[in-house]
Amino acid sequence: MDAVMNWFGTPVGSAVVKVLVVGNVVPLLVSFLVWLERRVAAWIQDRTGPNRVGPFGLLQSFADLLKFIFKEDVLPGHVNKPMYLLAPALAVIPPLVALAVIPFADRMMIADLDTGVLAVFAFSSIGVYALALGGWASNSKYALIGGVRASAQLISYELVLGLAALGVFMITGSLRLHDVVTDQANGLLIDGTLRDGFLPKFFDWNIWKQPLGALLFFIAALAETNRAPFDLPEAESELAAGYHTEYSSMKFALFFLGEYAAMVAISGLFTTLYLGGWTLFGAENLFAGTPALQTAWQIAIFTGKVVFLLFTIIWIRWTVPRFRYDQLMDLGWKRMLPISIGWLVFTALATWAYAQHVR
Amino acid sequence: MTPPESAAAENVLETRTAPVAATPDMVSRGFDPASGHMLLNMGPSHPSTHGVLRILLEMDGEKIVRCEPDVGYLHRGMEKVAEVYGYNKFIPYTDRFDYLAPISNNVAVATAAEKVCGIELPPRAKALRVIASELGRISAHLLGVGAFAMDIGAMSVFLYCFRERESIYNYMEALTGARFTVSWTRVGGLSRDVPPGWLDSVKRFVDGLPKRVERDIEELLTTNPIWVDRLSGVGVIPKDVAVGYGLTGPALRGSGVEWDLRKESPYLGYEQYDFDVPVGEHGDAYDRYLVRVEELKQSCRIILQAIAKLPDGPIDVQDHKLRLPQKRSVLTSMEELIHQFMVVSEGPELATGERYFGAENPKGELGFYVASDGTGKPRRMRVRGPSFTNLSCLPYVLKDAMLADVVAILASLDFVMGECDR
Repeated sequence: MDAVMNWFGTPVGSAVVKVLVVGNVVPLLVSFLVWLERRVAAWIQDRTGPNRVGPFGLLQSFADLLKFIFKEDVLPGHVNKPMYLLAPALAVIPPLVALAVIPFADRMMIADLDTGVLAVFAFSSIGVYALALGGWASNSKYALIGGVRASAQLISYELVLGLAALGVFMITGSLRLHDVVTDQANGLLIDGTLRDGFLPKFFDWNIWKQPLGALLFFIAALAETNRAPFDLPEAESELAAGYHTEYSSMKFALFFLGEYAAMVAISGLFTTLYLGGWTLFGAENLFAGTPALQTAWQIAIFTGKVVFLLFTIIWIRWTVPRFRYDQLMDLGWKRMLPISIGWLVFTALATWAYAQHVR
Repeated sequence: MTPPESAAAENVLETRTAPVAATPDMVSRGFDPASGHMLLNMGPSHPSTHGVLRILLEMDGEKIVRCEPDVGYLHRGMEKVAEVYGYNKFIPYTDRFDYLAPISNNVAVATAAEKVCGIELPPRAKALRVIASELGRISAHLLGVGAFAMDIGAMSVFLYCFRERESIYNYMEALTGARFTVSWTRVGGLSRDVPPGWLDSVKRFVDGLPKRVERDIEELLTTNPIWVDRLSGVGVIPKDVAVGYGLTGPALRGSGVEWDLRKESPYLGYEQYDFDVPVGEHGDAYDRYLVRVEELKQSCRIILQAIAKLPDGPIDVQDHKLRLPQKRSVLTSMEELIHQFMVVSEGPELATGERYFGAENPKGELGFYVASDGTGKPRRMRVRGPSFTNLSCLPYVLKDAMLADVVAILASLDFVMGECDR
């Protein structure tokens, strides 16, 4: 028994446990998210929403999942088989892997990479292939248009996403996401003394130091996850279902899972970069005596912030109409990209000036 | 393996994987396979063609080069049905024209039959018909705007609209016994008078409706930058083109032509009511949306006025060759029994004559050309469905639009295939 417990203490053992926990919790979170989306949508629209399966309809997603699993796995005759089968897998894996580097409590992350956020961006870039391949391999016109739209959109907005996030790393001076979080929990340096009360710690969050960057990042994140008002690749009123028109049963469910997992991942990243991650103005050390409770408490703080962001994303989806393809491109290339470059230059100058001032 | 077989197999594979397979039919329609354009078949079963409309699009990227609408998937031979069944028995079929405002169609067809032989309705019946058909207009415009919003991606507005429409369905149920297929009018009158308390609750509903429309629809859409960007300058129909294609209703008024049959040739006493005819400026999809929302509010005004001065009196003409006599007298008197038998089995006895009558329905001018030969059945009944004529401008208005504009333009024309194909 001790041997087993000791093994959990080793880096490999703890990593295995974390992978198992994250790998199981994220799909759970996704099913909760689907339920949340439907309930919030119903609440916004004066409806009831799913409330029959389980308490408050919480088990509805599991019932749907069962339905997906037991549906016939149709393989249309006209598709390019290898690519067609590869695409759903590519849709699910990147967001799950991206979650590996996001710290959900103090020292709690699967991989503490020095390159941190670069890995997240790298993996989310792979997600483009799922949409492009899915649309192309389906060999259907609606799916093709959806796939082309998706790849163009994701590539365009990835630029803005990266540029917006750069400002945070200029301030922090590190790409490690753990450093980004702890840097936001110090409190502010005012008149040469470090104030670490509630308010200074609150305003130490990067969202106050990088308001425009956070806004740009959030908008680009909506586009990256194909959420309204940027849900063109699957605009059901024009393209039936876009790139996943030809998919059914579990393969469709994988696309679905991938999209929602991407929402969780990008919300987790936003929380980490701009909302102080697992910290809460010092309250994150409430249970400093008992490490297990402390970790659970920090995970709860982190999850709370993520759920708040997810709610915001859902709220936006059910409020606004959808962009047109050319308007989306205009917004990305002609407006958001110049602004984010300008903001980056400003941040660089401000950081340099601040460093001069502190010295 | 023999060579011919393998060649055949290869061919099969080729046709199965070819991204653009131009059939000879499409080539004969002027599609050049060498142009590199893509043919996209939209419909007849597609989420945003609002029924069974099929549009063949020739596209260069996301841009429409040419478009060919294909209607008729919902043709049910309504005109022939009218000739076979007669005026009153045809009324349930008119429920299926513009099924978003069935009661307005009922009113239009009954009024058309009455116009042939100059039957003058009692004032109460006229006012009730006005109230009912304006309720129908509100219901249709709510769905028109709601489905428009849903096609552009604002799903919540659609459900807000449906919440209001639900009340109208309830009023229809109380008035006619049916929520959807109401079949309320009869030639020379109405099937039944309003139930007690109905007018008060309709008045309450209509009183608050403009406020709710402002809160739930206009605040979310009218000034929303995405909504404005998506619609302004899209699907522009200039004045002369709109008139040339014979557009009517909000599609025509959106182009700036002030033409409303309720004002131009008033029927059912529309001249007594004070209301405005909204017109657009630029003739784009955004103007058509604004016109529809404004018409909704004007309908509320009409209903309030009609309820305020609703006269008492009979709801049927006192002519038993047209309308059924009282049931009590049917059971006791021979003459009435014969009338009842004849009106039910042969239909109302109209005078001989021919007449066209157009009513301003939610989608535009719903016209009936009735040729009566003096029996209970028309010799010929021609129906002019506004949705059909409004759709005729599709090849003009869709040219050079983006694929995403197609749904915006279709929704802004607000057609119903039941009425278009008849």
